[in-house]
Amino acid sequence: MLEVRSLSIHFHRYARGLRRTVLTPVVDLDLKVSAGEVVAVVGSSGSGKSLLAHAVLGILPSNAHIEGEIWYKGQLLTPERQAAMRGRRIALIPQSVSFLDPLMRVGAQVLRAAQLSGKNRHSAAAQRAIFQRYQLPLEVERWYPFQLSGGMARRTLVSMAVVGEAELILADEPTPGLHPEVVQETLNHLRQLADEQRGVVLITHDIQAALQVADQIAVFYAGTTVEIAPVTAFSGKGEGLLHPYTQALWRSLPQNEFIPLPGMQPSPQDLPQGCLFAPRCPLATAECTAERPTMRAIAQNQVRCIHAQG
Amino acid sequence: MLKAERVSFRYSPNRPWILQGFSLSITPGERVGLYGPSGCGKTTFGRVLAGYLQPIGGKVELDGKPLPPKGYCPVQMIFQHPELAINPRWTIGKALYEAYQPPPSLLEALSLDLHWFERFPHELSNGELQRIAVARVLDPRTRYLIADEMTTMLDANTQAQLWQVLLDVAAQRQLGMLVISHDRPLLERVCTRIVDWAMEAQTT
Amino acid sequence: MNLEVSRSSTLWSRVGLARQRVFDRRRQTLFLIVFCVLCLGVILTGSARAAVANQTNLSERNQAPSWAHPFGTDWLGRDMLLRTWSGLSLSLQVGFLAALFSSLIGLLIGLTAATLGGAVDAFFSWWIDVFLSLPHMVVLILLAFVSGGGLNGVVISVALTHWPSLARVIRAEVYQVRSADYVQLSAKLGRSSFWVARHHILPHIWPQFLVGLILLFPHAILHEAGITFIGIGLSPHQPAIGIILAESMRHLSTGYWWLAVLPGAALLVMVKLFDILGENGRALLDPRTAQE
Repeated sequence: MLEVRSLSIHFHRYARGLRRTVLTPVVDLDLKVSAGEVVAVVGSSGSGKSLLAHAVLGILPSNAHIEGEIWYKGQLLTPERQAAMRGRRIALIPQSVSFLDPLMRVGAQVLRAAQLSGKNRHSAAAQRAIFQRYQLPLEVERWYPFQLSGGMARRTLVSMAVVGEAELILADEPTPGLHPEVVQETLNHLRQLADEQRGVVLITHDIQAALQVADQIAVFYAGTTVEIAPVTAFSGKGEGLLHPYTQALWRSLPQNEFIPLPGMQPSPQDLPQGCLFAPRCPLATAECTAERPTMRAIAQNQVRCIHAQG
Repeated sequence: MLKAERVSFRYSPNRPWILQGFSLSITPGERVGLYGPSGCGKTTFGRVLAGYLQPIGGKVELDGKPLPPKGYCPVQMIFQHPELAINPRWTIGKALYEAYQPPPSLLEALSLDLHWFERFPHELSNGELQRIAVARVLDPRTRYLIADEMTTMLDANTQAQLWQVLLDVAAQRQLGMLVISHDRPLLERVCTRIVDWAMEAQTT
Repeated sequence: MNLEVSRSSTLWSRVGLARQRVFDRRRQTLFLIVFCVLCLGVILTGSARAAVANQTNLSERNQAPSWAHPFGTDWLGRDMLLRTWSGLSLSLQVGFLAALFSSLIGLLIGLTAATLGGAVDAFFSWWIDVFLSLPHMVVLILLAFVSGGGLNGVVISVALTHWPSLARVIRAEVYQVRSADYVQLSAKLGRSSFWVARHHILPHIWPQFLVGLILLFPHAILHEAGITFIGIGLSPHQPAIGIILAESMRHLSTGYWWLAVLPGAALLVMVKLFDILGENGRALLDPRTAQE
């Protein structure tokens, strides 16, 4: 359904004074999402995961420069196609209520989303139906965003994204800081959407949330996918995980060993020449620092590491 | 000992109580976890305990005396959103040195990069900013730390990194800590004692 | 790297980012320099030429724009380009003085209201509301009249009527920054309130003040022209734009369009440039947008 092939994003921006620098927050990123599947994109902040969503929707700021290809249902996405598809075929579930217009009634906003997605004639009916589906009482229509509880706010944002006929849903950090029940509910909604043959991309830094609903987990590091593994690989001591960063991430969870990997993710301003993870990698060799590894398929995983073995 | 005695709080007389008669005490070297869902008043309690908010009823005492209204406060707070706790118009270096000069060993333990010091907060990731925010409050004068959902917005690896450093420093200096979180496994990992907000709030 | 775009934007404005304005610091800085040179140039050369601009030459009356007189000449044979030039110079000086005084009043009132709070705040807020609710032009005319007209009258009346919106912005900004986590934390780290004001609050207010000042400029210039036009501003000897426009009204019906259109257009261009400067100054002064 969605296929991202070696996507890189560069930003030109000013350092001190009038000197310009180039940032590369996304490097050679690959990702594939099929219909009926939840793919979780997991990575730390600054690993480029939100930019991926923005790139797919075509809403990157004007000083961004993009390389690589994004394919949607066999079509190469161009800025025009993206403009035509976002909000209709491809929808975004944003982070928080602050993405709702604070001065507009909730019902009107969902209605507007329905109209924009092409349901002109039946938009009012669609809005009612979606409220019913997500158990939003009818009076909520007349409420303003500040009156919504955390759970209702999430449901409203989900309603807005799926009131149209979106086939691909991008959920950008939908869970942090929420009540565990609301987190569970939001994740369940994503699962349901996938079960209705939509494609769902769940962008999060919270591996535990991802594990609950995802089919595949793509682990981001410094702007690239280091490993894409089925959710079942994240279990036990992480024997099913092939990339050293993914293994370290798994080990660092409080319910596992809580042992962090020392060091920092490289800055997008000066990325290493070779493998992006090499400076922190216990397995790094001369080969690693010479050239960037490509994605390799090993068993059910895809790994960007030359040392990985099945 | 840092002690909150039957503290109550609300923002104004016509708003509902957020805290009502809540008591808690922390001894040096103790790490108390405060567990509960978000939006239930844990953060408000943290702010009252750190002196950011004045309780309407009850009192907060540090070794039997009220918190000092001026000068360095021995009770410091680490916020959930580091990007809101660092002045966006300051360079990282200025923000880091606002209270004292953190020793190089601490900067190294937190993997702080000296290259950042000339940059502005929006150029760093939240994980990087939170390291700065942690280093900033580890002044030797700090005796109690309130960590309010400190690593909720961070990835597992950065979370473990920050906590390892904090646990080290806390053990060395016998700091008392209040760890506010909705993440049970994390609290079980880092705390010496866990208080369940919902149960406490009911019984008091 | 906070590339994850600010959280406060709404979903739809965020989608609109795709078509956001192109901001380029090099281009902006160049614009700023050229603009400042232009203003200074107009002010300096314009006032030096005021005498020349009033020279009459009856053999060249009422000429349409040509290469010799790009803005044409008036009924006394005075070159309209020179007159417009020195008029703009005068307008800029008056505008600068008025805007400066006005924004200083705004700054002072905004800061006092927000820092003292309570009854003082309520009092100043009430004054701000009163001024904002009165029709601008009426107060302006009244004040200009009371203060005796002329240059003083214009500066005083414009300065006394334009401060409320800036005062309100600054008051709100101070309130907002004082409640920010980093300001509250600063006090807990042992910093005095004076230090906090100097290092946290003022640097936050300063760009707002500067942008407010620049945006007041076009208002001040337009209102100066306005009250001069109706005859209680500058005297007819001073070739201000308002005077030029007022005089040219009598000749419009005779088909001498250049007398009003060209000086008016010059004024409009100047005012628009200030507007652009103010809008871009905001982006230039904020570290978050300055790097795009």
